[in-house]
Amino acid sequence: MKLFKKAEVIDEKDMARTISRLAHEIVEANKKVEELVIVGIRSRGVPLAKRIAQRISEIENREIPVGILDITLYRDDLTLIAPQPIVRETQIPFDIDEKTIILVDDVLYTGRTVRSALNALIDFGRPHAMHLAVLIDRGHRELPIRADYVGKSIPTSKHETIEVRLKETDGADEVLICELKER
Amino acid sequence: MVLKRRHLLGIQDLKVEEMELILYQAKAFKEITQRRIKKVPTLRGQTVVNLFYEPSTRTRTSFELAAKWLSADVVNISTSTSSVVKGESLRDMAKTIEAMQADTIILRHGQSGAPHLLSNLVSSSIVNAGDGSHEHPTQSLLDIFTLLEHRPTLNGLVVGIVGDILHSRVARSNIWGLTKMGAKVVVVGPPTLIPVEIERIPVEVAYDLDKTIERFDVLMILRIQLERQQSNFFPSINEYVKFYGLNNERLKRAKEDVLIMHPGPINRGIEIAPEVADGPHSVITDQVTNGIAVRMAVLYLLATGWGEG
Repeated sequence: MKLFKKAEVIDEKDMARTISRLAHEIVEANKKVEELVIVGIRSRGVPLAKRIAQRISEIENREIPVGILDITLYRDDLTLIAPQPIVRETQIPFDIDEKTIILVDDVLYTGRTVRSALNALIDFGRPHAMHLAVLIDRGHRELPIRADYVGKSIPTSKHETIEVRLKETDGADEVLICELKER
Repeated sequence: MVLKRRHLLGIQDLKVEEMELILYQAKAFKEITQRRIKKVPTLRGQTVVNLFYEPSTRTRTSFELAAKWLSADVVNISTSTSSVVKGESLRDMAKTIEAMQADTIILRHGQSGAPHLLSNLVSSSIVNAGDGSHEHPTQSLLDIFTLLEHRPTLNGLVVGIVGDILHSRVARSNIWGLTKMGAKVVVVGPPTLIPVEIERIPVEVAYDLDKTIERFDVLMILRIQLERQQSNFFPSINEYVKFYGLNNERLKRAKEDVLIMHPGPINRGIEIAPEVADGPHSVITDQVTNGIAVRMAVLYLLATGWGEG
């Protein structure tokens, strides 16, 4: 099986505009900016969370705390997938009680990652509310979960994959639709 | 890198990459030990049995907390209050525990090699929590983890292991572990407490602590095992304290940034003076805290590694 690139759906400029729009939507929906904290899901949710936080702090002139969440230990498929997923460190160095958490990930697909993240965060305290922001919503939900802030909705087939590439992790800002095909 | 093992029996047969994986994972688990709610659901439904044929507080409690914080169910069997006093053998005990669907057995036993024997008898994962004077692998891993919190690498560090090397499984596991990670190990103690075959493993021997103390970046002080002293390995406790007890006076000759470790339990005023055990060089309480994180990492990796043997 090999991955073939079908289309570029977001380029570098689109990415910057999309993140800026997401930041504005978050600020608009959350008047009490002092209660906002942002948590990125490893791995590509983390640089996205940092960029959104940076954009919000430019708009509101106020630092927004950013946390990092690794959901490996909360997965429902721990023994089904490839053996021994490596556990990376979770870093939430602030109190989440009574805060509004903006959970950030790159792609929303089945919803299982978000389910794990919600469980993980509840182990840190009792936030006032949790919202979900994603760069791409590609559909095919298996759980009753939806995003509050969506960069772009891209209907896909299950044979396709969404490749999100970010400067921090991959050297470029772009989103591609790819397809797995027999060679 | 994957830890493709079902059992953790000793450090001697671990590869460096396997040790590094355990240590790397322990770092992620340490964060969990510092949370307000110290619990993740990862080993839900798994059963861990602590089977201890020798008394232990910190190792048993540490494994118990590690398993509980991973949401496993834990059963403690201490042999003094179990059917072992009715004469049940290790083999039968293990078969019984296996029949109760234990996924993991943590074994502490007075006979060297008991965990290896068990690993051939039952299908559960076996973790060696100390066997005779052979190995105590998780102690060595937590010691190395603690050192790496204070030093960027073990490469080139000189570690002095002081005291009863003859009876010490902690010394043996640490000699393997520390040298694999790049440190140089010197064992220091009275000749009667240094095993005769020691030169066959990668270690230097010294008998005079005062003459060698200035070389060490790390001093690992071992417990004088008073329960094993019936056969008079040294003339008196006082003489041992005089030549090998680590006190502030002796410490003056050591490096300014020397780290002092002790696997516990401490005989205060014998192998280590209270002011040293509680002093600024001591990382003894860090060792205890880190022990839980390292054992969580071991339980996680054994449960998810799909190891064959």
